Amino acid sequence: MDRELDAAGSGIFEPGETIGMPIGKVGVWWFLASEIMVFGGLIGTFILFRIAHGGWADEAAHVNWRLGATNTFVLLTSSCTMIMALSAARTGRRERTAHFLLATVLLGLTFLGIKGIEYTREISEGFTPASGMFWSFYFLLTGLHGIHVIAGIIINATLYVAAIRGTLWSGHHEERLEFAGLYWHFVDVVWIFLFPLLYLS
Amino acid sequence: MTPGRPRLRRTNPTPTATETGIQMNIAIAPHHQAETSFIRRYIFSTDHKVIGKQYMLLSLTMAIIGGFTAYLIRWQLAWPETDIPGWGAIGPDNYNAIITMHGTVMVFFVAMPFLLGAFGNYLIPLMIGARDMAFPRLNMMSFWTIFVAAAVLTVSMFVPGGPAAAGWTAYTPLSDNPIYTGVTWGQNLWLLALALEFASFLMGGINFLTTTLNMRAPGMTLWRLPLFVWLEVTAAVVFLLSVGPLVAGALMLLADRTLGTGFFRPDRGGDPLLWEHLFWFFGHPEVYVVALPGFGIMLEVLPVFARKPIFGYRTMVWSTVAAGALSFVVWAHHMFVSGMDPRLATPFSVTTILISVPFAILVFCMIATVWGGSISFTTPMLFALGGLASFIVGGVTGIFLGSATTDIFLHGTYFVVAHFHYTLFPVTFFGGFAGLYYWYPKMFGRMMNETLGKIHFWLTFVFFNAVFIPLFAVGLRGNPRRIYEMSSYNFLAPVQHLHVIATIATIGLLVGQFAVVVNFAWSMARGKKAAANPWHAATLEWATDSPPPHENFEHVPVVYRDAYEYSVPGEANDWIAQTEPAIGHLSHVAAD
Amino acid sequence: MLTGLLPANASTFGGDIDHVFWLIFWIVGFWFVLAEGVLAYSLVRYRKGSSKRAAYLRGDSVRQLAWVLVPAAIILCLDLGIDRAGASAWDRIKGGIPPAATTVRITAKQFNWNFTYPGPDGKFGTADDVTVENDLHVPAGKVVRFELRSEDVIHSFFVPEFRLKQDVVPGRTIAGWFQADKPGTYEIACSELCGFGHYSMHGNVVVQSAKDYEAWSHDSWTPKTASNKSNADSD
Repeated sequence: MDRELDAAGSGIFEPGETIGMPIGKVGVWWFLASEIMVFGGLIGTFILFRIAHGGWADEAAHVNWRLGATNTFVLLTSSCTMIMALSAARTGRRERTAHFLLATVLLGLTFLGIKGIEYTREISEGFTPASGMFWSFYFLLTGLHGIHVIAGIIINATLYVAAIRGTLWSGHHEERLEFAGLYWHFVDVVWIFLFPLLYLS
Repeated sequence: MTPGRPRLRRTNPTPTATETGIQMNIAIAPHHQAETSFIRRYIFSTDHKVIGKQYMLLSLTMAIIGGFTAYLIRWQLAWPETDIPGWGAIGPDNYNAIITMHGTVMVFFVAMPFLLGAFGNYLIPLMIGARDMAFPRLNMMSFWTIFVAAAVLTVSMFVPGGPAAAGWTAYTPLSDNPIYTGVTWGQNLWLLALALEFASFLMGGINFLTTTLNMRAPGMTLWRLPLFVWLEVTAAVVFLLSVGPLVAGALMLLADRTLGTGFFRPDRGGDPLLWEHLFWFFGHPEVYVVALPGFGIMLEVLPVFARKPIFGYRTMVWSTVAAGALSFVVWAHHMFVSGMDPRLATPFSVTTILISVPFAILVFCMIATVWGGSISFTTPMLFALGGLASFIVGGVTGIFLGSATTDIFLHGTYFVVAHFHYTLFPVTFFGGFAGLYYWYPKMFGRMMNETLGKIHFWLTFVFFNAVFIPLFAVGLRGNPRRIYEMSSYNFLAPVQHLHVIATIATIGLLVGQFAVVVNFAWSMARGKKAAANPWHAATLEWATDSPPPHENFEHVPVVYRDAYEYSVPGEANDWIAQTEPAIGHLSHVAAD
Repeated sequence: MLTGLLPANASTFGGDIDHVFWLIFWIVGFWFVLAEGVLAYSLVRYRKGSSKRAAYLRGDSVRQLAWVLVPAAIILCLDLGIDRAGASAWDRIKGGIPPAATTVRITAKQFNWNFTYPGPDGKFGTADDVTVENDLHVPAGKVVRFELRSEDVIHSFFVPEFRLKQDVVPGRTIAGWFQADKPGTYEIACSELCGFGHYSMHGNVVVQSAKDYEAWSHDSWTPKTASNKSNADSD
C-alpha cells in the first residue's frame, strides 16, 4: 500500500480536490461542447441568412415535412430505447440491454433510410446543394448531422455486438453505455433544432 | 524502495474511466518498461513525456519551414529584382503562396504545438503530481493527428496549382473560387490540414482539463497550481469554445469548392463577409490560445530567477480568465473597414480596448515579480525578460488598431504585421525558448551550454527588434501588407531602405538560431548531467529525477505549499519545495 | 521628426484620424516608457548581489496589489477616453455621407481600378456615363461621394494621404466620402490581398482646382463617345 494513502487519510489532502466526476464523462462533455459549437455556428449562420434573405419560403416548401416529422419521431424513440438499454444494463438484465441496443441501431438505420429517400426525391426533382442558399444549408446541415448519426450507429452497433458476445459485461459497461447514450442524445437534440428550422418554418 | 519487494508488472497501463484521477494515480504502481519495444516506447508511446517531445520535434521542424518562408519573403521585398539565393526567382503568385504558408505554419504548426503540445503535455502531469494524462491513448492520437495534418500541409505545397495562396486568413471569394488564384488542390488540402489540426488540439485539450481537475496529487489545491497550468488549461478551454464556428466555416468553404454551394459566393447568393465573421470569431481567441501558454512559461521562469514569489497570483488567475472570456467579443476589430455595419465599430472598439486591462494587469504583475528580487540573468531568464519587454510593445501598439478610427488608416498595413509579430513572436519564441532552456535539463537530463544560450538570446533579441521596428515605420507611411514588391507605388520609394534593413536583420535572426540548434544537439550528448533540481525551483516537476522515470514519481508527492515560495523570511534556504511539509503535519519519509 | 511618421494629410477628415492617433500615441507612449523603465530599473537595481535577499512580496494584500490595480484602473479610464474620441471621429467619417457635389462609382477588379462618372446628365446608368481607368479626377474642396463595387474578390480602396480606406466586397455596394483640401496627385493602393496582381493595383486620385476639373470633365465627357479613357499617367 503506497504511503500516499496514509497521507491522504491524515487530512492534508482536502476533500473535494477532485471534481468527482469520472474523467470519461468530462471527456464526453468536452467533445460534445466542441460539437455544439460547430453545429451552433452552422445553425446560427443559417438563421441569420434566412432572416436576411427574406425567409426562403418558396424553397423550403419543397422539403417533405411529413417525412421529417417521421424522422423526428424515429430519433426520439431511439433515444428512449437507448435510455432503456442503459437502465437494463444498470439492473443487470443483459438480454434486455442487447435488445434495446439493437432497437436503437435499427431506428438509427431507419432514420438514415428515410433521409435517403428524401435526398433521392429532392435530387431527382433537381434540388442539389448547388441549387441556392436554402438547399446549400439544407444539405450541409442534414448531411453533417447524418454523418454523426452514422457514427452513432457504429458505436451502438459495436456495443450491441459486445453485448451479445458477452464482452460488454467484463467491466465498465455502464459507463460505455452512458457515454454512448450521451452522444446519441446529442445527435437527437441537434435534429430537434434542425427539424423546425428546415421543415416547419 | 525496499529491495526484494515484488512489483506489479503491467505494460502501458491504461487508466480506466471509472476511477477518479486520484485513485488512478495511486492504483498504478511504478513498473519496469523493459519489455516494451522501441516502437511502443518512442514512436507510438502513450507517455506524456514522449508525446511532449514529439510535439517539440514537430514544431521545431515546422519552424524551419516557417523561418525559411520568412527568408524568402524578406529577400523578395528588399531586392525584388534579384533571385533569392538558395531558391531562385519567385513570381507574385508564388509570393502569395509563401506568405500563406508562413502564417499557417507559424500559427498552427509551430506556436500551438510548441507551446501547448510540447510544454503542456510534458509539464502538466509533472507539475500537478500525476503519473500521466487522464487519457494517454487519446493523447497519442492527438500527436499523430497533427503529424498527419502537417504532412497534408507539406504535401499541399507540391500539388498542381500550388499551395493555398489566399493568406492564412483565406478570405472569400479569393479562397472560394479557383479561378481567382489558380489554386485547386492546394486550398482544399489546406482546409483538410487545418481540420486535422483542430481535431488534434481538441483531443489534446480534453487531457489538459480533465487531468488538471481530477488527477492532482494530495494537497495540490487549485490555488497551489503553478500558473503555467492555469494558463494552459484556460487556453485549451478557449480553443475548445472558439474553434467550432471556424470548423463550420471550413466545411462551408469546402462545400463551396467541391459541391457547388455558394455560402461565400455572391454569384450564388452567398456573402463573403460571413467567412470573415466565422474566421475571426475563432481567430481572435486563437491568438490568446497562443499567448497565454507563452506567458505561462515566462511566469514559471521569472520567480525562479528573481527568487521571489509570483506577485498577485490570484489576481493573475482572474485576469487570465477575464481575458479569455473577453476574447470572444472582440473579433470584429479585424473587420472595422470590411463593409460590415459601421455601427458595430464603436462597440467592438470598446470591448477591444477593455481587453488591454487584464493584459496590463498581467504585465504589471510580472514586472512586480522581478521588482525587489535577486535576479540571475541565466538564459531562460533572459528570454523570459526579453519576451516580456517585447510583448509590451505589441500590447501598446494594439491600442492603435483596436480603435476603429485609427484602424481606418492602419488596417492592412505593415503596422498590423509589426504589431502581431511583437505579440506572437515574444510569446512563441522568447517564451518558448525560455521554456526550452529552463526545462531542457528536466527533459533530457543534461544542462545546455550557458554561453551559447546567451549568444542565442542576444542575437535573437537584437535582430528581432531590428526586423520589426522598421516595419512599424513603413506601416505608418501606409505600406500595404501582402505586397510582392513596392515598385508600383511612388510613396513607398522613400522607405525601401527600411525594407532592406528589415531583411538584413531577418537573415541575422535566422542565422542566430543556429546557436540553439547546435546547443540542443551538442548538449544532448555532451552536456553536463543535470541534477533533479538544478535551478532550486519549488514546483513539482523538480521533485523528481532529470529526466523523470516513466511513471514520473517514485511515489506520488504530497503537496503542502504554494508554488512560488522563494525567499520566505526566516527560512534558511531561499526556496521551499511544494512538497516540504508545513509545521504540524507528518513529514513524508524521504524516498528519493 | 515625429510628425514625419505619418504621410502628409490632404483630406478634411484625415486630421480627425491623426488627432486620435496622436492622442493614443502620447497615452500609450507614457505607459510604454513607464513600464519598460520600471522593468529596466528593476533589472539593474535588483541584480543578484552578494547578500541582499529578495523581498517576499506575494501581492496578496490590497496594499501591495494597489501598485498594479491603480495603474490598471487609470488605464481603464484612459481607454474609455480614447474610445470617446475615436467614436465621435468614426461617426463623422463612417457614420454617414454629407451632401456631395460629385458622385463616382469605383469598380475594383483583378487588378485595377475603374472610375465611372454619371456624365453631363448627372445620372448613372445612362448612355453618357464615362468610365476612366486608374485615375480618379475630383474637384478640390468639395465633398466627393463614392460607391464601391467589386467584380470579383474583396479589394480595399486605400488612399494613404487621405487616411481613407474602405474594403470593396463583391455582391454589395459600399458608399463613402472624402473631401480633398488641395490639388495634387495622391496614390491609391489596394490593401486587401486579391490575387497575384495585388501588388500592382495602383491608381491615382487627381485632385484638381475647380477650373481644371471643369476643363477635364468637359474634355473627357464629350458626348461624341460613350466612354473615354483618359491617358493614364505613367506610374
